[in-house]
Amino acid sequence: MSFEGFMIVSAVLFCIGLYGSLARRNVLAVLMSIELMFNAVNITLVAMAKYLAPAALQDDISSVLTGQVFAIFIITVAAAEIALGLGIVFAMYRTHESVDLTEATQLRN
Amino acid sequence: MLFQDIVFWILSVVAVGGALGVVLVPDLFRAALLLILVFMAVAGFFVLLSAEFLAVVQVLIYVGAIAILIIFAVMLTRDVQRGNLPNRLQIPAAVFSALLLAALVTVAVDTQWEFLPAEHQQRVELVQTSAVTTLTGEVLTEEGVTGPEEQAEVREAGLADLLISDYVLPFEAVSVLLLAALIGALVLVRPNPGTGRG
Repeated sequence: MSFEGFMIVSAVLFCIGLYGSLARRNVLAVLMSIELMFNAVNITLVAMAKYLAPAALQDDISSVLTGQVFAIFIITVAAAEIALGLGIVFAMYRTHESVDLTEATQLRN
Repeated sequence: MLFQDIVFWILSVVAVGGALGVVLVPDLFRAALLLILVFMAVAGFFVLLSAEFLAVVQVLIYVGAIAILIIFAVMLTRDVQRGNLPNRLQIPAAVFSALLLAALVTVAVDTQWEFLPAEHQQRVELVQTSAVTTLTGEVLTEEGVTGPEEQAEVREAGLADLLISDYVLPFEAVSVLLLAALIGALVLVRPNPGTGRG
């Protein structure tokens, strides 16, 4: 267990999420992949908060928790994103009778 | 250290395996259940990184709210039978993700990280646990933080201190964002958006 270990695990999670969000047709699968990417970024931020020295360490010892504060903000924004995202999914399902992204083409041309 | 290493490897295998399952399993419902597994593994990572408060928040919000919402959506949209099909971008997306992974791993391993100096390590660990333990004067004296000023500094530091001092503006902005997102979601799922009638 080292700092690099955490970075590599979160990089792997992020890239799996990226592949999922680019290559899947179901909106819900894409939303789940985006949540994976959020979690990967959170691991990176918290690992950096634990192992790395912030520039403001001499003035304020609280600054070692900056990464965790950012992770809290990311979790909050993820909650807002999933609420809106699922609202859009339901609106799409009502008009299309499907949640297939390749069928959502009204804005083309 | 050895015990933490074992836990780290178990959590890594669970997280990466679960994440692969989320994007590759054809059954969307099983994918959502695997997503919960990944969230729990990430909460475990937070505990390993001495961020216990974030681990609790992770379980409450991700497992308790977001995963349940996704499972609801999977059940309500009735597209489960068609499964989790790939689109035409499958191969380019895989290549792009693999390239990005190689770049990220290279950066993580090659960079000269500026690690915490050893003399700060102990006080930093105290600050990091302050979300879940009460730092009384006795505890601090036991841990070797003896001066009254040092004790006050360690005791006042913490997540809440940062949230209402340095990051008070983002904190308020995020609360407004949550409210706006809630109202937006309500408007989106109304039976007849646009006509104004329910």
